[in-house]
This record gives sequence, C-alpha cells and structure tokens, in this order.
Amino acid sequence: MSEDTRPVLSATGISKFFPGAIALDSVDLTLYPGEVHALLGENGAGKSTLIKCLTGAYRRDAGSIQLDGEEISPTSTQESQVHGIGTVYQEVNLLPNLSVAENLFLGRQPLRFGFVSQRRMQREARRILGGYGLRIHPAEPLSTFSVAVQQVVAIARAVELSGKVLILDEPTASLDRDEVEMLFKVIRQLKERGLAIVFITHFLDQVFEICDRATVLRNGRVVGTRELAHSSQTDVVHLMLGRQLESRVQDRAPQTAGKTLLEFKGIGRKGMLEPFDLAIREGEVVGLAGLLGSGRTETANLIFGAVPADQGEAWLRDQKIALTSPRDAIRHRFGLCPEDRKTDGIVGDLSVRENIILALQARQGWFRPLNKAKVNELAEAYVKALDIRLASLDMPIRFLSGGNQQKALLARWLATNPDFLILDEPTRGIDVGAHAEIIALIEGLREKGMALLVASSELEELVAYSTRVVVLRDRRQVCELHGEDISTRNIVAAIAQGHLEEVA
Amino acid sequence: MTHGLQATLRRVAPQLMILAAVLLLNVIVFPDFFRIEFQNGRLFGNLVDVFNRGAPTALLCIGMTLVIATRGIDLSVGAVMAIAGATAASLVADGSGWVTALLGALAVGVLCGLWNGVLVAVLRIQPIVATLVLMVAGRGIAQLITEGTILTFVNPGLIHLGAGTVLGVPTPILIWIGLGALITLGVRRTALGMLVEAIGINESSSRLAGINSRVLLICVYLVTGFCAALAGVIVAADIKGADANNAGLWLELDAILAVVIGGNSLLGGRFSIVASLIGALIIQSVNSVILLSGLPPEFNLVIKALIIIAILVIQSPTVKHALYILRASAESAGVDTPAASASAPLAKSTETAR
Repeated sequence: MSEDTRPVLSATGISKFFPGAIALDSVDLTLYPGEVHALLGENGAGKSTLIKCLTGAYRRDAGSIQLDGEEISPTSTQESQVHGIGTVYQEVNLLPNLSVAENLFLGRQPLRFGFVSQRRMQREARRILGGYGLRIHPAEPLSTFSVAVQQVVAIARAVELSGKVLILDEPTASLDRDEVEMLFKVIRQLKERGLAIVFITHFLDQVFEICDRATVLRNGRVVGTRELAHSSQTDVVHLMLGRQLESRVQDRAPQTAGKTLLEFKGIGRKGMLEPFDLAIREGEVVGLAGLLGSGRTETANLIFGAVPADQGEAWLRDQKIALTSPRDAIRHRFGLCPEDRKTDGIVGDLSVRENIILALQARQGWFRPLNKAKVNELAEAYVKALDIRLASLDMPIRFLSGGNQQKALLARWLATNPDFLILDEPTRGIDVGAHAEIIALIEGLREKGMALLVASSELEELVAYSTRVVVLRDRRQVCELHGEDISTRNIVAAIAQGHLEEVA
Repeated sequence: MTHGLQATLRRVAPQLMILAAVLLLNVIVFPDFFRIEFQNGRLFGNLVDVFNRGAPTALLCIGMTLVIATRGIDLSVGAVMAIAGATAASLVADGSGWVTALLGALAVGVLCGLWNGVLVAVLRIQPIVATLVLMVAGRGIAQLITEGTILTFVNPGLIHLGAGTVLGVPTPILIWIGLGALITLGVRRTALGMLVEAIGINESSSRLAGINSRVLLICVYLVTGFCAALAGVIVAADIKGADANNAGLWLELDAILAVVIGGNSLLGGRFSIVASLIGALIIQSVNSVILLSGLPPEFNLVIKALIIIAILVIQSPTVKHALYILRASAESAGVDTPAASASAPLAKSTETAR
C-alpha cells in the first residue's frame, strides 16, 4: 500500500433494505489509493448489493459515501463514472459487434467536422491499449478477441472514463491461468498509478496473490477487514463461513438411523460433478458442506434429476431406479427445496395455497384436481404447523417474506409425504426466528424417520442437525465426517486444506 | 360456486364496462342498435351481428389466451384458419360429407398445433419465431390445397356451420359460446388452468415441482390449432368458399388484441378466457361503430386504432394507478363514491336497452 493515508473512497454505514430482508446492514468500506481490496463473502452475503449501492445502480437507504473527501450520492452508474468509480463485470458489458476502438470511445468518439474521426480514434485506442501491454489492431471487432483481452479493454474503458476507483466483479471467473496472469499484470500496473481497486472473486488463492486487504461480508454485515499479509487462508475461510466458534459437542439423541433408503453409486456428470458414492439411511440428515461452487447445489440437482446424471446408478430400497427428471424423483417420493427460492422455488403470482399444493397436484395429474375442501384443509394445516405468517392463503406468494416463502416450499413437499427431502440452503436470506424454526423442523422430520440431504454454507447449522457431513471441494467429495468429528473446525479444515493444496 | 362467480365478475368488470361504453357509442351513431327482430326463423339485429361477426376472433382468442398464459404467443392462427378452410372445402369438393370435412379440418388444425408445440416445447424455439414459420408457410400450404383458386362449395351441411341458425340463433354464435364455456370449465374444473399459469409464471419452479411442462405446452398449442381450425371452417362456410390468401388475414393480431384487452398479461401467468371473449366482443363492437357511423371507409383503420389506444391507455398501469390515487383522495374528501360513478355508463346503457 502507498504511504498516502487519506482514503480515496470511504463508505460508512451503508444500508439497503429489500422487502422482507436486510441486504446490507450498516456496512463500512474504506479504499486507499494504490491498494487492491478484496471483497469476500458467500453468495447472498451482500457483495453485489454493496457494489450496486456504490455505483448508484441501487439507491442506498442509509449511510454516506465520500470520494476524495467529498460527499457523493450517485443515482446512476453513469453519474458514478463521472465521479471516478468504474466497474467491470464478469460478463463483459461491451458491444461485441463493434470494433475495439469504438468500444473504448463509445459515447465520446473524437470528432472532426462533426463526424467521427476514425483515424484519431484508432490512434488513441492503440496508444491506450499499448499502455496495458496489448498489441492488437483496434479496428477489429471486439468479438474476435479472447475474453481476457475483452476484459482488459473493458478495464481500459473504465479507467479512461473514471480513473479513481475500479471495481472488478469476478473478472477471472472465465479465464485460464495465463490469462489470469495477464490480467494481474494490468491490475498491478493500475495499482502503481494510484488507483484503488476492488476485487471480487471466489478464488482465495488469487485474493492472496494480488490483494492487499480484504473485507469479508456475511449476511449483509462486515464481519472483518484483514491485512492479507498478516492472515492465513483458514482465518479468512472462518470469517466467510461463520463465527469462530468453539467447536462444541452436540448433545444430540443417539443416532438411530434406520435401514438404507438410497444408494448412489458412481453418480456424476461430466463438467459438473465428479462421480461419487453416497448412501442415505432413513432417519438421517446428511449435511453437504463446501465453499461456493464446490458442487453442493450440483449434487442436490443431480440427485433430484433436475440435471440428469450421465454416469452411475441410483438404488432405492435395493431396487435400481432411473432419475432422469424431477418427475421421476417425485414419483419415488423425493422432494427438493432449491437454493434459489425466487427462480426455482416459488411460483410468484400464484397464491400461497396453490404453491403449497402444486407438487401434490402435479403428481396427481391434471384431470384429478384436489377438491377445494381438501386443498384448504391441507394448506391451513401446514400454515399452522409451520407457523407461516400471512394475511390470507389467497395472497400471491411473492408478497411473503423469505422465511415464510421457504416454509411454504417446505409445506409443498411435506404435502407430498416424501421419504427423502433435499434442502439446498434452507436458511439462506431468512430472518433469525424463521431460521431457528426451520432447523427445529429438520430435526423433527429426521426423528420421524425421513431421510434428508441438506446443503448449507452455514457451518454451525450443519453441525447442529447433521448425522454425517460430506465435504465437497472443486466439485469432488473430499471427506466425510461422522459423529464426534462433526465440528465447524473440522469442516473448515477439510475445506481449507483443499485451498492449501491448490496453492502448493 | 357463487364465490367463484363473484371472483369472475370482479375480474371481468373493467372489460364489461368498456364493452358497455363501446356499445353506447354504437347506440349514439345508430339509435336502433339494440333492436332485435325475429324474421324467417332467424334473429336479426346489429347486436346479433356483433356476436356473429365476432365469432372467428372469439374462437381464436380462446386458444390464444392459454398460449399467452404460458408466456408464449401463436402468430400462425390466421394461416391455420386458411389451411383448415381449404381442407374442409377440398374434402367436400371431393365428395365427402360435411362431418368428414369438419373433422378433417379440425385434425389438420390440431396437427398444425402439434408442429408449433414441438417447436416451442421440445426444440425450445421462441414462440414468436416458431409460430412465425407456420404463419408464413401456412398460406402457401393452403394455396397448395386449393390449387391457387378460391375453392367454392355448395354442401349445405358445411355452409350451415357458418351461415345457418339453430333455433333462430346463428350457428357461429353457438359454436364460440359453447367452445368458450367448454374450455373454461375444462381448465377451471381440472387442475389444468393452475398448472398452465404456473408454467407461465415460472417454468423452472414448475418443472422442479414435477409439472410436465413440455407436454402441457404442446397441449396448449394443440388447443390453439383446434380453435383456429374451427374459426377457419366457419369463415369458409360463411362465404361458401375457401380463400387461401384472405381467410383469417391479420386475424391473429385481433386475437392477441382481444387477449390483451381482456386484461391478460403478455408476460404469462394468470388468465381469464371469459375476459378475452369480452375483449373479442369489444373489438367487434368497435368495428360495428365504424360501420354504422357511415364515415368513409378510409377512416376505418385509423378510428379503430384510436379507440383501441384509448382502451389500452385506460387499462395501463400508470392510468390505473392514477385512478386509484384519485379514488383514494376522493374517498378521503368524502365525495361521491367512485363505485357509483364508475357503474354509471353501465346503468345508462341498460336503460337505453329497454
């Protein structure tokens, strides 16, 4: 970091509320000139919301942003660009059909007698890109170049336009090793020039390679800012995943898991998930742990047939079954509460009642509608049993809070009387009260003899209800923890070990 | 059931008000508009004409409502009408009976629907593009069937479907009201309606909940093809001939408009077939106003456009919101309740009816 101790950007107390959820809760972020600052956190931690508040894509609900000591309040990304904050997204948001030079100068082309001066534009473009070590012909369409080159062009444009703060949102997600190196060279160069750079990524080794400091967000709050030179990967993983709790021994009822219900042998899918074996018994909760992108959701989707496996076998009660679609899985009495409630779970405009009976009705077939009395009875029973808070069963489900939506989705599957329930991030984005209720519900279902597979990024939660925890890394199962071994410390160790190996 | 009926009435109230307003316009330009006479065993009158002439659009909008509810659209219905009309005409020309001709035409319509459905549901082509194929190619197919001529016929059974009457009521009216009622009950008395809405709102969620969205989507296009074929037969029967070039020309746009006037979102989801049918009647009433007003025909399309823009503006979210605010402030000011003033045109038109 440079000697200059005056921050170029300091955001204090940034809050953002969405209906039914607090996306950002009084978040502080300070950027110094010439530093690369990592913004870390699991999905839904609030990283992108924070960025959107800084760039004016969202209007913040509280807090202040100071840029070079002056209060700013951008209402659009254009405005923040003028102030000096530029953003480059993972999917390069340039125009692939235009030339490189046109992309660089879009909206501010050099003019000559009122016409665009192609020659000057090319010359300028060549000069600018040369500064980044790119020797390409600027008249070629952008789409003819690799993603890495496009990324650099996007960065060049953002720096030309803004020049104080550069936000890179997962810039390396689709780059290979050499391309990452090239990008890092550019980042280091910009750092020398005194820009403050925000770097968002899920790759921890890249964070430690290029960044000076890291701010870690969890559930919309800053849980810590670290000088990376003085911290370890394990420390950072801890911050990302949960409080540094003492691993406490669970006082759980003795595990009385029943007969084996399901057995997966070598099930996997190319490019999505390495083949794995997994057996699940009745009355057992198997937890799936791992960082984002480690294959938790992929495992859930594969087992449910949402994405069919291309190898391996599934056995239910010692009978081989085919799982090629969710309909197959539902016929075998599976249920899945997906990770992304909004896009894969709820049917927003349908009523809460209709959402609750949807899976049962789909299984019954089109021409055998559930009768009204039974529908009401079912819906009311689950609303009561799960304590779903709503004004009326007729209201569209999208008006419910996150926690109540999640409970309604649980009700949808419970109504089908499943033998095996897959829950992908059952407690994401829901308030503390509903959180505890859902955990209690999971335990209750296990006691009744249901088999559950729960994927979660909340380690303490996994420790609380799992009878076994499977740890995933890089789309592979790396270890399985049983009984006394299940603790947040052991899970973190299993996850972080992977990263250490990768770096080595 | 009374609860369901109330809900339906509340849903279609805006459409009924607009219909009443347009009918009132009809009365203004032609005071005898509501007079209905019984002559030669047939009902005559301008109102009967509105119901009769509106039959093709009404039939089309039944299927179109379902397709739009799934977030799709079917541009090919006009062309399918031409194909079905040509099929029926060529079958009777070859000596088949009218029942065979009707069934043949309907089968061809369902086949067209299957084609669209497979393109959309299996090959995952965007509905607007997928159905554009048949919209363009369909007229060519119809021309091949009629061999490029207007294929006329004299089969009384077939002609009856378009120009005949049953107990004095023109057959097309009975057909569209019957099919509309049948399909409305078919989707609302079974779970189909809800499942179609679920697909339209969120297909991914629906699939994960176990709904067979692929088959359901295909079925929806089959229904649309069936409705279009029936409309095609009626139009052909009415003019006693199959015109491959002009039968149902641009009618897909009227059908889509009817669905939109019916308050159904083009983004899919909740739908009401009854509201769409009222929408079809509104469009036909607008046509009627223009005819009865005696203005030169070159004004027709412009006036129709103006009236429809007015209807859509009244229904637009911005205006609805403004009206809501106005109503709220009026209520707080203790002025006349807006419900009374809103139902005024309805009351007035029923008075004139007497």
